Amino acid sequence: MGKTLFDKIWDRHVIAAVPDGPTQLYIDRHYCHEVTSPQAFQGMRNRKLSFLRPEKTYAIPDHNIPTVDQDKAIQDPVSRKQVDTLQDNAREFGISYFGLGHPKNGVIHVVGPATGLTLPRMTIVCGDWHSSTHSAPGAVALGIGTSEVEMVMAAQSILQTKPQKMRIKVEGKLKPGVGAKDMALYIIAQMTTGGATGFFVEYAGEAVQALTMEGRLTLCNLSIEMGARGGMIAPDQTTFDYIKGREFAPKGAAWEQALAGWKTLRSDEDAVFDQEVQFKAEDIEPMITYGTNPGMGMGITESIPQLESIDPAGRTSFSKALDYMGFKPGESLLGKKIDYVFLGSCTNGRIEDFRAFTQFIKGRQKAPEVVAWLVPGSKAVEQQCREEGLTEILEKAGFVLRQPGCSACLAMNEDKIPAGKYAVSTSNRNFEGRQGPGARTILAGPLVAAAAALSGRITDPRTF
Amino acid sequence: MEKFITLSSTVVPLPIENVDTDQIIPARFLKATSKEGFGDNLFRDWRYDNKNNPNPDFVLNNPLYSGSILVAGKNFGSGSSREHAAWAIAGYGFRVVVSSFFADIFKNNALNNGVLPVVVSEGFLQDIFETVTADAQNTLTVDLEKQVIRNNASGREEKFGINSYKKNCLLQGYDDIDFLLSNKDKIQAWENENN
Ligand code: SF4
Repeated sequence: MGKTLFDKIWDRHVIAAVPDGPTQLYIDRHYCHEVTSPQAFQGMRNRKLSFLRPEKTYAIPDHNIPTVDQDKAIQDPVSRKQVDTLQDNAREFGISYFGLGHPKNGVIHVVGPATGLTLPRMTIVCGDWHSSTHSAPGAVALGIGTSEVEMVMAAQSILQTKPQKMRIKVEGKLKPGVGAKDMALYIIAQMTTGGATGFFVEYAGEAVQALTMEGRLTLCNLSIEMGARGGMIAPDQTTFDYIKGREFAPKGAAWEQALAGWKTLRSDEDAVFDQEVQFKAEDIEPMITYGTNPGMGMGITESIPQLESIDPAGRTSFSKALDYMGFKPGESLLGKKIDYVFLGSCTNGRIEDFRAFTQFIKGRQKAPEVVAWLVPGSKAVEQQCREEGLTEILEKAGFVLRQPGCSACLAMNEDKIPAGKYAVSTSNRNFEGRQGPGARTILAGPLVAAAAALSGRITDPRTF
Repeated sequence: MEKFITLSSTVVPLPIENVDTDQIIPARFLKATSKEGFGDNLFRDWRYDNKNNPNPDFVLNNPLYSGSILVAGKNFGSGSSREHAAWAIAGYGFRVVVSSFFADIFKNNALNNGVLPVVVSEGFLQDIFETVTADAQNTLTVDLEKQVIRNNASGREEKFGINSYKKNCLLQGYDDIDFLLSNKDKIQAWENENN
């Protein structure tokens, strides 16, 4: 029987199998941020251990950092302490550190793929669930907990139970004005937030293959919002073209050798998946969410479901979510007033997202009452915005570009949406309080965000 | 890690579905650099109003309910991978969480911190909610050795699953890093072959 792409990568990295237990899996790349790592470093210290392979770990602060005045000391003492602790730990244990203001600083899931630290066939981990982003070029990337972070530090390996495998095919072509984020939100809405629990997903089909590498990163990033351990895409020419020449990517003869290996990375014809799901690309509209989990999504022209159409067991949480959002069952959200727009995060903080947003708003003006936070995913994206003239176009339209970081995606820094306010956000989570206590999040792609920023309302970008 | 063999306790019922990690421990409490103190902020936004007054309607503030077993609705622990959620639950003093479904990563994080997640059928779960609503003093017994959970009020019992490696770790109070490091030569062998 043939093997799936996931199996090929997983099997290659098995160091040992625990009898009737998990597998000890070798880890090629480990990313560390300031929130989930300090206790692991402390654990190492308590056990008097050093890193087994310090050169395979990269530490980058991103969750807490301010998005203005990054050249000054961090104001919030607790955030400052976490960031300083990461820097001290990196120094003490001898690992690479891209700190605040460093040209390679930014959200880890944006920096990794863009610098070529994330490569096909790797096993990649980070103490952060959106690590699944790094699977997009054909790698097995897993979000792990802090105990597991400590395992990687000590033993360059973790204990994992092999997930089941699911293939999600999206056939056909996406309609104009519909992008990777819409595809992802559509899939999650169909699958529900628990629908892929226990599975590692491989995305395939014409519409997936047609995505750019950055679109693929967006799609894979959101895999975990349906409960999956991760989601990957078989590498192809799009992948190779994207990686070639990136700073940490192999060069010269090493590149040729790596490429030859990567080209074999695909699921065999006769590989069997534990579950197969198919969607049609033409069914996908620009998406928005109306509730408090990413599965509560709908086409922008659709209406919120009626209570009766919800499974009885889920009605209480459905009503609770709508109460929180201030929406009613059966309501259409088109024309609804919004207060904030957030462009950024590891989902939509890449250069293509900024290009799409800028292209859309070019020559128009931001609605004066809307507060727009445009936060590049990394220093490199910020730089590129400037070089490509996007910053200037944005400024003419009344927008200001902030400095990179996770920002309002989880509001650990100052970028909090005030209670009761509506934010159209290109991030990945609309949980209660995620973007600030009482904040009401409507998830969407960059174009819906751009249309909202101009009109101050939820607007279909195709009819703007 | 503390050993876990069997436990009988009253329970804290939380009959809400899809409790995500942001509810268990809101992101603004993730800034600590040690594992201590998270229990104080468990379910913070449900437990306290925005003036930091305890919300009398929330179960953790209800003097009737206490114990080291938390029983929650389906799909507990979804959301982010933050292990802080497991620390908050462990820090508060829970050693067992019972639900009819858990998010994967939460289950792992809980086990790594000495908290046993017990998956029961929806019927068994509702049975627990009914018996503890009727009398808050009713208890559950969790026997890890036999992998059996018993509702002592109704007499209903159910087997639960756990992988034997994790089971052993809990029974012996033994941890993963001890195991991984015992395989150092195999790690080296893997690298020699693959690099
Ligand atoms: S951008 Fe948001 S989801 Fe991504 S790593 Fe940062 S906080 Fe997590």
